[in-house]
Amino acid sequence: MIQADLNVILPEIVISVYAMLALLGAVYTGKDRLSGALTWLTAAVMALVAMWIALSGQGTNVAFGGMFHDDGFARFAKVTILLSGAVVLVMSQDYMARRGLARFEYPVLVALATVGMMVMVSAGDLIALYMGLELQSLALYVIAAFRRDSVKSTEAGLKYFVLGALSSGLLLYGASLVYGFAGTTLFSGIIATAGEGYTPLGLLFGLSFMVAGLAFKISAVPFHMWTPDVYEGAPTPVTAFFATAPKVAAMGLFARVLHDAFGGVSHDWGQIIAMLSVLSMFLGAVAAIGQTNIKRLMAFSSIAHMGYAMIGLAAGTALGVQSMLTYMAIYVTMNIGTFAFILAMEKDGQPVTDISALNLYAKREPARALALLVLLFSLAGVPPMLGFFAKLGVWQAALEVDMVWLVVASAVASAIGAFYYLRIVFFMYFGAEGETLQTARAPVLWVCLMGSALVMVVGVVNMFGLGSVAAAAAATLVN
Amino acid sequence: MDNLLSIVTFIPALAALILAVFLRGEDAASQRNAKWLALLATGATFLVSLFILAQFDPQNTAFQFVEEREWLLGLKYRMGVDGISVLFVMLTTFMMPLVIAASWDVTTRVKEYMIAFLLLETLMLGVFMALDLVLFYLFFEAGLIPMFLIIGIWGGKNRIYASFKFFLYTFLGSVLMLVAMVAMFADAGTTCIAACGGDVALMTHSFASGDISVLGVHVVGGMQTLLFLAFFASFAVKMPMWPVHTWLPDAHVQAPTAGSVVLAAILLKMGGYGFLRFSLPMFPIGAEVMTPLVLWMSAIAIVYTSLVALVQEDMKKLIAYSSVAHMGYVTMGIFAANQQGIDGAIFQMLSHGFISGALFLCVGVIYDRMHTREIDAYGGLVNRMPAYALIFMFFTMANVGLPGTSGFVGEFLTLMGIFQVNTWVAAVATSGVILSAAYALWLYRRVVMGDLIKESLKAITDMTRRERAIFAPLVVMTLLLGVYPSLVTDIIGPSVEALIQNYETALGEGARAATQVAASH
Repeated sequence: MIQADLNVILPEIVISVYAMLALLGAVYTGKDRLSGALTWLTAAVMALVAMWIALSGQGTNVAFGGMFHDDGFARFAKVTILLSGAVVLVMSQDYMARRGLARFEYPVLVALATVGMMVMVSAGDLIALYMGLELQSLALYVIAAFRRDSVKSTEAGLKYFVLGALSSGLLLYGASLVYGFAGTTLFSGIIATAGEGYTPLGLLFGLSFMVAGLAFKISAVPFHMWTPDVYEGAPTPVTAFFATAPKVAAMGLFARVLHDAFGGVSHDWGQIIAMLSVLSMFLGAVAAIGQTNIKRLMAFSSIAHMGYAMIGLAAGTALGVQSMLTYMAIYVTMNIGTFAFILAMEKDGQPVTDISALNLYAKREPARALALLVLLFSLAGVPPMLGFFAKLGVWQAALEVDMVWLVVASAVASAIGAFYYLRIVFFMYFGAEGETLQTARAPVLWVCLMGSALVMVVGVVNMFGLGSVAAAAAATLVN
Repeated sequence: MDNLLSIVTFIPALAALILAVFLRGEDAASQRNAKWLALLATGATFLVSLFILAQFDPQNTAFQFVEEREWLLGLKYRMGVDGISVLFVMLTTFMMPLVIAASWDVTTRVKEYMIAFLLLETLMLGVFMALDLVLFYLFFEAGLIPMFLIIGIWGGKNRIYASFKFFLYTFLGSVLMLVAMVAMFADAGTTCIAACGGDVALMTHSFASGDISVLGVHVVGGMQTLLFLAFFASFAVKMPMWPVHTWLPDAHVQAPTAGSVVLAAILLKMGGYGFLRFSLPMFPIGAEVMTPLVLWMSAIAIVYTSLVALVQEDMKKLIAYSSVAHMGYVTMGIFAANQQGIDGAIFQMLSHGFISGALFLCVGVIYDRMHTREIDAYGGLVNRMPAYALIFMFFTMANVGLPGTSGFVGEFLTLMGIFQVNTWVAAVATSGVILSAAYALWLYRRVVMGDLIKESLKAITDMTRRERAIFAPLVVMTLLLGVYPSLVTDIIGPSVEALIQNYETALGEGARAATQVAASH
């Protein structure tokens, strides 16, 4: 029995054990001198585990009496999380080393956060959910404040921690209400209570609190206030990490709670999610207009993108979940490319985050500027880039259930939002001669930038089969 | 050769790729290579498209040269042409080599310039050939990117404002169209425009047209009207129709000459093409409900923008406003929904492609020499530039609609079509003919006639051989279509007839359904 259970969570165990070993090994030997090697090693381990999950995972396996689900949905999310985490780690190496941030704790903390995320997307129980969420959050609080001697970075860490603790409190309060009214912490038990025609009011209260807590984690409006400050204050590689893997994990957890535990009352939460989605899209589109710091701008961009992805959730159907998964995968790829560029922005060896520094960048580095242009148009949702097909997918899902107003609202928001992506293009291509931006020579960053831009363009052919994989994954969650 | 259309569409893109990957350096030699490669690619595209025209059978009203492949998200890659679209394809491939030749004097970032224009050609051709809603949208929308860059990088002083206005204006219109497309997919279960491979075509699917109430507003024609309005938001901006035309003068004035030519000759036609391809066949009842509005908007556009054109100080702006007025004839003709009207609208679009393209080139000729577009800066050019005066005279007359030029046929046919439908609109619109003569001839007089008294103009030179060569095909086409319009109407006739027949059948069925509903109450 226990053997079978352990088999199911083997990938999580492998990464946890690796993280412990790496921590101990580095403490007793070379410490920070090992950080470079450790970063690559961690990325390799994560990529290998991702490959292993993708190739060997089959069917639905349940462990620990339903607390842990290993199904197609979890595997899709895990592979996305692990791969994006690995790529971001590799990208951060150069930046961290040259800014004196190369500490061996960084890859270890990222690995631990990743384990937390893997538990999140597999959770089948409120306690497992909380465990995964906290493991992830605690690791993220630390790396947000990773630049200890910078006021902004410590502020980011503290802000993230305090607000994160508040949201965890909300979530826990909701969870306890749900437990009180359902009599069990297992999702399978909750859905039995919530689906029975008469749903206790307390259960819905609990649901609302849990949604609020989770909305904080994906930075949906009105629980988004921490995002711009944390994105700006944290070291850029950490920001890149925040913008990718944790978002996928939180979205995955969101989908799991809503469908596995509250699938029977989808009309109750559909409205809440739709509202969160509209607010996020509009705030993300409008608030980013005035930003001059590219990291803050990306923070608002991620808020808006979470809004679009939530359209899929709000639909409450298998197609909705499928489109959400596709959206997140494409979103992560776009963000990796964009952050690869942001990581390379510097002047006299110092990182630059002001977008006006991009003045006429296209003239000096046409290829890189073109790649960034592709990514920006993709983020704005302009065809033929993949970002457009991501939006098309969630719209299809929403119209299938007749949420026309949501689709029209998101169309308007995306037209408004296009402006600030264009503004970056404007600086790169139309700017006036002036100060010149240098970009780091790190080849890894250029490979990531070019690769992700290429994916956005070539993906038009068949999206690399992502659609059918996401469909299979969604089918295991919604039935 | 069953993938001829894809070949035509992607030759320019392939050339752009070759330029992007293989061409290095900014020296004169590589600039020359970029220009020659672009000219070669657009020329080859034109030749292959001639092959399509030769094989095209006008009597067959179905789509021809159809291609179909699996694509992502359950969509299909479908291309095809019919009598309505084939001439727009020809217009595009015909204009592009001229546009490239007209850009021979560009010296800044030549490689990128050529890449942008080549990609733009691929996307424009795709718009006219796509037989799938999403594919159409993809080409339609992606065309904004190169045009945005063309205006923004190679444009005039106020190019930033113009490029942003251009992009955001058209983007907002188009996303609404996209929403409607997704709704159509949800309703009809297909994104196929023509009857193809097992799917039911959208054209034969009838969307619900019973009156509905949306947010307390009573909507006559129901879903069809809503879909029509969403598409209208996009096409009216693209056309552009009054009162959403304000992006066009800015974009035209700031764009480089070649950009203006492409914008006027081809990009504006996408709106009209969209009305013919989507609005009339797919939402006939919605179209009928909205027809009075469209007709009056067109009539206002013709008179209002002609008056605005009269007071312009900037030559390009004047021609831009005249374009809006001419597009007013097009929308009017399309929504007259009879043979003369639609034939005339298509004819007017093609002829406007040649004439306005040529007029922008005319402005380009003197702008290259004097670097100003102010009308007041010129005068008496005929003394130093006789050839130019002749060419400019010819296209000014064509723009006014002088019989014998293609401009006349288009205006006459659309007015004839509209007269049968709505006499008042026809009467108002006809006054535009006089107004267009007023602003066009006045422009010509101020720029070309009179004595050459301005010092700065004393040394101006006449057109070079290259410039004359660019104008020659345009003159030929304008005259040819003017004296022998059957060249066009023979090709578009049968398809237009089928379109009108479908439209009227759909309206008849709609009316019958409405009376049945009324009877059952």
